[in-house]
Amino acid sequence: MSKSILVIGGGFSGITAALEAAEVGQEVYIVEKNPFLGGRVMQLNKYFPKLCPPSCGLEIQFQRIRNNQNVKCFTMAEVTSVSGEAGNFEVAVRLKPRYTAPNNADLGDLAQSLSKNVRSDFELGLSRRKALYMDVPFAFPYRYVLDTDNITEEDRKKLSKSEFINLDDQEKTITLQVGSIIMATGWKPYDVTNLTNLGAGRIQNCISNMQMERLAAPSGPTNGAILRPSDDQPPKKVAFVQCAGSRDENHLSFCSYICCMASLKQAQYLREQYPDCEVTVYYIDLRTPGRYEKFAQNILNDPKVTAIKGKVAEVEEDLKSKGVWVTAEDAISGNKVVDCFDLVVLATGMQPSLAGQALPMDIPMDEEGFMLGGEDKGIYAAGCAKEPLDVMKSAQSATGAAMKAIQTVRGR
Amino acid sequence: MAEKIGVYFDKSSIGPYLDLEALAEAVKNKWSSQCPVVSLEDKLASQEGKQKIQQDIDNGTIDAVCVCGTSPRFDSEFFDFGPKVPVARTSLREHCVLAYDDPDGKSLEPGQETPEPLQALARDYVNMSVTNLQKTEPPEGEVLETEKRVLVLGGGWTGLNAALSVADSGYEAVVVEKEQELGGYAAKLYKTFPLSAPYEEAQFTGVDRLIESVQNHDKITVKTGTTLQRFDGQPGQFQATLKGGSGEEELSVGSMIVATGWEAQDTKYVEPLGYGKHKDVVTSMQFEEMAKKGEIVRPSDGKKPSSVVFILSFRSLLDEIVKEEEAQKAKEAEERAKLEEEQSDEEVAVEETFKKTESYRHLAFTNEITSLNSLKQARYVREFLPESLAYIVYEHMTIPGLNEHYYKAAQDDTGIMLTKGEVTSVYEEGNGSIVVRAEDTLIGDDIEIEADLVVVPTGLVPTTALDPVIKLAYRQGEAFPELELFDGFADSNYICFPYETRRTGIYAAGSVRQPQTLPRSAEDASGSALKAIQCLESVNRGMSVHPRSGDLTYPKFNFVRCTQCRRCTEECPFGALEEDAEGTPKPNIARCRRCGTCMGACPERVISFDNYSVGQIGSMITQVKVPDEFELGGPRILVLACENDAYPALDMAALRGRKWSPYVRIIPVRCLGSVNTIWIADAMGKGYDGALMLGCKYGDDYQCHFMKGSELCDRRMKNIGETLGRLGVEIERVQQEQVAIDDYDLIPDLINDFVDNIYKIGPNPFKGF
Repeated sequence: MSKSILVIGGGFSGITAALEAAEVGQEVYIVEKNPFLGGRVMQLNKYFPKLCPPSCGLEIQFQRIRNNQNVKCFTMAEVTSVSGEAGNFEVAVRLKPRYTAPNNADLGDLAQSLSKNVRSDFELGLSRRKALYMDVPFAFPYRYVLDTDNITEEDRKKLSKSEFINLDDQEKTITLQVGSIIMATGWKPYDVTNLTNLGAGRIQNCISNMQMERLAAPSGPTNGAILRPSDDQPPKKVAFVQCAGSRDENHLSFCSYICCMASLKQAQYLREQYPDCEVTVYYIDLRTPGRYEKFAQNILNDPKVTAIKGKVAEVEEDLKSKGVWVTAEDAISGNKVVDCFDLVVLATGMQPSLAGQALPMDIPMDEEGFMLGGEDKGIYAAGCAKEPLDVMKSAQSATGAAMKAIQTVRGR
Repeated sequence: MAEKIGVYFDKSSIGPYLDLEALAEAVKNKWSSQCPVVSLEDKLASQEGKQKIQQDIDNGTIDAVCVCGTSPRFDSEFFDFGPKVPVARTSLREHCVLAYDDPDGKSLEPGQETPEPLQALARDYVNMSVTNLQKTEPPEGEVLETEKRVLVLGGGWTGLNAALSVADSGYEAVVVEKEQELGGYAAKLYKTFPLSAPYEEAQFTGVDRLIESVQNHDKITVKTGTTLQRFDGQPGQFQATLKGGSGEEELSVGSMIVATGWEAQDTKYVEPLGYGKHKDVVTSMQFEEMAKKGEIVRPSDGKKPSSVVFILSFRSLLDEIVKEEEAQKAKEAEERAKLEEEQSDEEVAVEETFKKTESYRHLAFTNEITSLNSLKQARYVREFLPESLAYIVYEHMTIPGLNEHYYKAAQDDTGIMLTKGEVTSVYEEGNGSIVVRAEDTLIGDDIEIEADLVVVPTGLVPTTALDPVIKLAYRQGEAFPELELFDGFADSNYICFPYETRRTGIYAAGSVRQPQTLPRSAEDASGSALKAIQCLESVNRGMSVHPRSGDLTYPKFNFVRCTQCRRCTEECPFGALEEDAEGTPKPNIARCRRCGTCMGACPERVISFDNYSVGQIGSMITQVKVPDEFELGGPRILVLACENDAYPALDMAALRGRKWSPYVRIIPVRCLGSVNTIWIADAMGKGYDGALMLGCKYGDDYQCHFMKGSELCDRRMKNIGETLGRLGVEIERVQQEQVAIDDYDLIPDLINDFVDNIYKIGPNPFKGF
């Protein structure tokens, strides 16, 4: 029997669930597959509606983790098998080697000296990183990680000279005994290459909403300046294409919830950075539930922001200017609308991370990868593993899941 | 207080850029009796380093540790020696070496002699850390007896779920419900929108089973026909005064969950749609009642309607009401501003009586519920009247997430016609039917729909917009503070922390917080239950809750010197301080979050924490060596940085290669609210040329984790500005800037601009005195 709780996923939901349980005395393990905690919210510039930075809340969470012996974090970690039952699970976790010393060492110079430049997944392909990297803001743990798939022999020699690098680091497997499990595996942006009528990711100035966040973020590839990828120029005319892949039987059948608010928020980024920039939002419905209405109205009242109800049929690159032609149907007038923009942002939806993946345990999932149940087995879904949620509701969801996980280990 | 301090320098993180031998010598000379161990270690942040320090502690050689290396925000796992051994961290890497901006423009080269401004900076920081430890006591929490019982206010869907959550975790729950029956509005529903996958059908709520579970649970006590009259005390030891059928009773509880839900919005807002004028225009709630009774008929003649029109949006028709309310709001704001101007800061703020905050906006905020309701009720039409048609006229169908499947199912139903449109008028046709006219629709510019029955939306108004609800016997007021920010909803202003109500131990859940569907409310109930339990468990261990979770320190008062000015009781963001008849503060430690706002407020410096006090920071400030002239080593500028946002931003700036003047001395503080103006006076008296406060944003979208901390600091600094002015010290020497944690690229410029300005103003006239 174990009174420990396992949280799979170290993003905002996972961290929240772990802390809320730990602060009532439970021992909690966080297993995160990436080298750093923080998940998707770290890629965001600001949250709606307050337009506040994600690092602010994360900093408090990391402080709480540091101060609480009950929380043990494993990064570069993945669950490979789960056996047992509620109250008595045995979980195998594979820990990939990090190759760096356990303390906080400033390895920036060593990292820069390495030869290869690798696509940065964190920057969603907008820039490159080195094989020795720490490409997230306010990293936790604040430790570099070495990607040994991308080092040359020359690099290896340099690395072996550093007292903070251990090239002999090995993959390990550990076993955790836990009483209940919280699945906080989150979401991934819907793959834009599937959207063949919307450029399939091949048009330079047609980016995804998450890429827009990276452009706008001070930690991003342009230090927060929103510039057209083709020529690094400020965009003067921008279009947002809502429901790019969501509410669509051919892609994601559900509504991803956050994209309407995200686009309005990004319209605000543009308007603040470029007072003359014009923004058009092509939508089916503008979903701004509850008090988000206030935020939405403020942005829509801006004369330079226009909202048009109409699904975008296709986008095409203008080969000369590298602008993007958008063809849509204005649903009210019934007319076809064709317009060219400096930059187009596709409001791509959120797909659960587990979509298309085999799980190490048997939990009911719906056909799109959301968790349907598992509570009777002592496995609880938190955050976007369950349904599309914004940050505040993810925190709510995670706290609720933690309560249930605690009840399982304490024995109802 | 620490008497034997071990000072350890971490060579590997500082590298060859500082003359560590010289620094160690300086420490030995200055602190020979207080620092029995002063050593240079190759790699301090390691198991070996930790063990070495632990050995010195176990031998009894030292009782406190001063680590000189990386920022306090890193490597803390190596420097935790238990609650009885205080540790001070000196940021020689980030705030000295990395951030060093050489006044002559030279770059730092390893192996070369350390420039004097950098060495002086490092010396000062080490001395400040040692001083910090000398004025630190290991914290001992005040453990309080706690009542393991949670009061759940409201016996509706959310309250019932919360009570079960609490009880299933082994704690007692007492449900207090003002009506005679449990179930709230959920019990009045015929069905609800989907509760679970595949999210395609409306479902029965199951509220009866829920009520039964609650009534049968041995850890839940239900009191119906009962209201909360008064709520006093502190987390762990609250006293609730309840009034029910058998009179008044007192109940001790550890924490409270507010699940009092909502009331239907005043129907005046739907009068422009003909409600009240035409009998066959009913509210969504009235339509639901019909379905519950099993019959949908026109109120006018009892006939079955062949067409039912659901109106969701009608912006232009609300224009007049909106204008009127906005004008009224502007007038009240003007009057309030005038009143505040007339009052000086010295006067006690006039306590405002509770103001209702129901407005036209509550209709718009109900959008998700209204949209879902229209789908549900359109399907009722199809269920009860298979020959009839339902129309929904909307501006946006606000159906987020997986409920999209429910929307699709409605769209696939040929008996439901959905169109976007702006409803411009609703009028009665001679033959007894009603015409709904809409423009800008998907089916034509101007359409007219003939309706036998029209359903208009019911807005959800949270109970906290209409009544204080929690009836706190707190000096600061009986309701949750500042609910105007949330249009009366008992919500948190923090996106990351949904359960922050600004009243410790009292949590809100369900539609009193935000309009929520039943599944979401159930989740919220579960979350609030955890917070309620967490709070009373923390109090039982003498610890603070979020954000300073686990903090054992608490404000201690030296009442002998108190002058009853009431600033602390006024300014505490959490209402933790009551007062006696003379005005002397009465602390309620369990309500406290340990932010130190009271410490900053007190002009007599009566308040302190075991490991954070006015004297401690004051000594650190005066520990700094201030050159008599700019030419002899530059100006000296004090920077007080909030440890939550500004300090991490500074770390990040340094790690990103940004540099700032070596003439600043940065001290982290718990919150700018804890900054006592005596620190500025200390700095000016010591000869510092400027003081810069860096803290979180304040205002409606405040970022400050303790609500008003940075705002209060700003106000206090403006006051001190006047005093300084009279002494001949320029007010530009004391500034506060609002910074966010991601402003790391801007803060070095802020600091450097401030230093440049100090050069322009010239040296502090009191320097060298």
